[in-house]
Amino acid sequence: MAGRTMIQAIQDAIATALARDPRVMVLGEDVGKNGGVFRATEGLQERFGEGRVIDTPLAESGIVGTAVGLALAGMRPIDEIQFLGFIYETMDQLASQAARIRFRTQGRCTVPLVVRAPFGGGVRTPELHSDSLEALFLHTPGLKVVMPSNPYDAKGLLLAAVEDPDPVLVLEPMRLYRLGRMEVPDGFYTVPIGPARLAREGEDVTIVAWGPTVPIALEAAEAAAAEGVSCEVLDLRTVSPFDAAALTQSVEKTGRAVVVHEAVRSGGVGAEVLAAIHDGAFYSLLAPVERVTGFDTPYPPPAVEDLWLPTPARVLAAVRRVMQA
Amino acid sequence: MRTYSWEEEIPAHQVLAPDGSVVGEWPESLDDERLRSFYRWMVFARRFDQRALTLHRQGRLGTYAPFSGQEAAQIGSFAALEKTDWVFPSYREVAGMMYHGLPPEMALLFSKGHPDAGKVPAELNMLPGKIVIAAQILHAVGAAWACKQRGEDRVASAFFGDGATSQGDFHEALNFAAVFRVPAVFFCQNNQFAISVPVTRQMATPTVAQKAVAYGIEGIRVDGNDVVAVYAAMCRAVARARAGGGPTLVEAVTYRQGPHTTADDPRRYRDPQVHQTWVEALDPIRRLRLCLERRGAWDEAAESAWIREADERIAAAVERAESYPAPDAAEVLFGHVYAEPTPALAAQRAGFLAEQAEGGANGWPGAR
Ligand SMILES: Cc1ncc(C[n+]2csc(CCOP(=O)(O)OP(=O)(O)O)c2C)c(N)n1
Repeated sequence: MAGRTMIQAIQDAIATALARDPRVMVLGEDVGKNGGVFRATEGLQERFGEGRVIDTPLAESGIVGTAVGLALAGMRPIDEIQFLGFIYETMDQLASQAARIRFRTQGRCTVPLVVRAPFGGGVRTPELHSDSLEALFLHTPGLKVVMPSNPYDAKGLLLAAVEDPDPVLVLEPMRLYRLGRMEVPDGFYTVPIGPARLAREGEDVTIVAWGPTVPIALEAAEAAAAEGVSCEVLDLRTVSPFDAAALTQSVEKTGRAVVVHEAVRSGGVGAEVLAAIHDGAFYSLLAPVERVTGFDTPYPPPAVEDLWLPTPARVLAAVRRVMQA
Repeated sequence: MRTYSWEEEIPAHQVLAPDGSVVGEWPESLDDERLRSFYRWMVFARRFDQRALTLHRQGRLGTYAPFSGQEAAQIGSFAALEKTDWVFPSYREVAGMMYHGLPPEMALLFSKGHPDAGKVPAELNMLPGKIVIAAQILHAVGAAWACKQRGEDRVASAFFGDGATSQGDFHEALNFAAVFRVPAVFFCQNNQFAISVPVTRQMATPTVAQKAVAYGIEGIRVDGNDVVAVYAAMCRAVARARAGGGPTLVEAVTYRQGPHTTADDPRRYRDPQVHQTWVEALDPIRRLRLCLERRGAWDEAAESAWIREADERIAAAVERAESYPAPDAAEVLFGHVYAEPTPALAAQRAGFLAEQAEGGANGWPGAR
């Protein structure tokens, strides 16, 4: 056990995967000699060699497309897309190739592929470096999407993704990479893909969050507690497929819910969470469910991004609204 | 069986040797006065770049992508364009963009994350520096196509790095341009690295320029730290395009002397000896100065005056950038998503303004 930041936990997970499974390869831009622009692969090329930790040419579609072939032919590639916004370059390979090969071949061929990508706002990046695009992939049958919110889950989910027989996107909130440390076990362990995590227990309102909005939800819950409102915080961890049972269970107890995500509002994962609450806990609802999200605009330039992002204050305001309804 | 292979290795076109002596054909249209103006721009650009890095260190500027070492490639290439031509640059082309007419404070506003940095002056047919690698190369082909379709006497230029040549967009652009024979010029600054990845790991061909052959267009490899050679090569490419001769791929062999951006640590991947050669013996500004000296067109007094003039312009640009009005957040966020805001956006804007009135996104709104 050691205190690790999220980025260190991710580096440790990749090192663990490379060490225990000779089929694992790491592909990406600047992942080799440079150790990744965020240092997620720091020291791994020296340790495992240029044949397994590979600086690819600058082509995301190439990185994913060749990894599909590698995975089909027996390898276990872990791709890094330098920033999630650049995953648009891979849409055909990811959404219409990797995600569909099992279906198209009726199980004859499979693509055990992991694609990691940092994302999320609040770190003053240029355009397309901060976009939250998880909804695109929830809408892509055949892909799984995990979004850790802390170092322990980041390592465990990444190792589970490498073990998974299907393509898994691991979306890593940049803002949390170095925000605090946590005890993370050495060696191999997994956090199962699918189950949500109860990040805080409460009675009155369920706040649903994932990835970068989990700390925001927790801060809002703390502020609500000071006003006598008890919030439960559910960290989805896996966005596709997400844990509708845990969601239903929580909302049946609290009767109120606020969903928080950084991605744009319309067609966001939040809308799907609302649908799941409607399906599973409709008769327990005491108030309409609230969403606290990015606006329906492109992710804005740094000078105004703080006005765009969900904040604890915005979540608290939504909590008050559901309490007053 | 006969197979295709690449045998012909052409040395990069050079007019000025690193010591400033003339070793190649001098472009006819280039007199001492123009040459001196190139030099003044290169000095200005270098000092601007250094000032920007200082501002970043002082916390007065966000992420910035320096171009030092690439001044000859940028000034020499942009100098061959008309102000009416289309320009599709990448984030690295700040020196060339300023030469073309971008006010220097706009480059600073970009690194300050100000949304107005995207508003390129209306009189220029230039887009803001593209962040997504290689996407702009296709746009240049489309713009060139439009010029051809509309019978306009304009060319469209795309600027990009060596890393960009790995993207599908680059290859699609060359192919479309060749098939439709549009007046496009592709200018690649091969600065040896794409962040940490050396060009030798980016491609298995010894040059970028030879890729033109596969698409049926002309390719030129030029010494990118020789402003005269770059200018000559770009003039040829632009003239061919304007005359209906089709597209050209120009590769300028140069070197990024600084980090990829202010977030990068080049000591992790750069060979210090190679670096030193590029920074000292092969520096583009030094080379042009030596050339001007040989032509009797340079002296210490002129140099000091040019530096003073550059620093004054830079100081004024910094002043303008730092006193630039803060963005009107509601207008920035909601005013330019569509020509007409959707009902959802209109509602979100109203909610945003109401929230602002109550204390804002961080204001813990409502009664406590
Ligand atoms: C599609 C895409 N992928 C990745 C990146 C991240 N990135 C920014 S610059 C860069 C390297 C670009 O190298 P090159 O094309 O040689 O241009 P240079 O920066 O050297 O001018 C990378 C990988 C990006 N901006 N866009």
